[in-house]
Amino acid sequence: MITLTDQPFDPGVLLSAFCRDRTETGAVASFVGLARAELGAAAILELEAYPGFTEGEINRIAQQAVDRFSLDDFAVVHRVGQIAPGESIVFVATAATHRRAAFEACDFLMDYLKSRAPFWKKETGPDGARWIEPKPQDHADIARWET
Amino acid sequence: MARVLLFGRLSDVAGWRSRDIASDTLTALRDLLCGEDAHLAEALRAPGVQVALDQAIVRGDAALGPRSEVAFLPPMSGG
Repeated sequence: MITLTDQPFDPGVLLSAFCRDRTETGAVASFVGLARAELGAAAILELEAYPGFTEGEINRIAQQAVDRFSLDDFAVVHRVGQIAPGESIVFVATAATHRRAAFEACDFLMDYLKSRAPFWKKETGPDGARWIEPKPQDHADIARWET
Repeated sequence: MARVLLFGRLSDVAGWRSRDIASDTLTALRDLLCGEDAHLAEALRAPGVQVALDQAIVRGDAALGPRSEVAFLPPMSGG
């Protein structure tokens, strides 16, 4: 399941719902990304998506994760629009028979989401607004999965 | 009329996000946009700008239909 939302979400509620009614899944791993204040440099984070295209691209990579790690299921919830410091930006959960696959698939999905997912990110702070592009570390993180 | 969408810094530069523009091909559409806005022309030529036609990335020229959706995508930042 892939959801883009412009409303704040409660990751605990999402995780409980994701775990419900599973009898063969032995492991669920999850990750929550929060908006940082950057010590006041970033007052407001704004994320733009291309509705339809963005979900389609995320789904393409999520299906790779399903095949590669034999996932039972996954969930990706991503905020769009304006996000205040401390709010959740992204929730990823993965379900597998055993824990290693669930952990690794969650890590894989986050590395993709942070570097290649079709979002455009703008930070507005005391010095005005600027568009953010992936950092070298984000590219290095995704390269780990390409061997 | 093709629906033309700009994302990220491109919409800031152009001052619009979505317009309906009559054009037969992607190249003609790009030429028309560049001809009317030199700042947008420069931004579209920047490295890493991609074009999606009906939500699929295309390279080179393509024919546009009456209900085509053309999106100009600056480098994606990730979430």
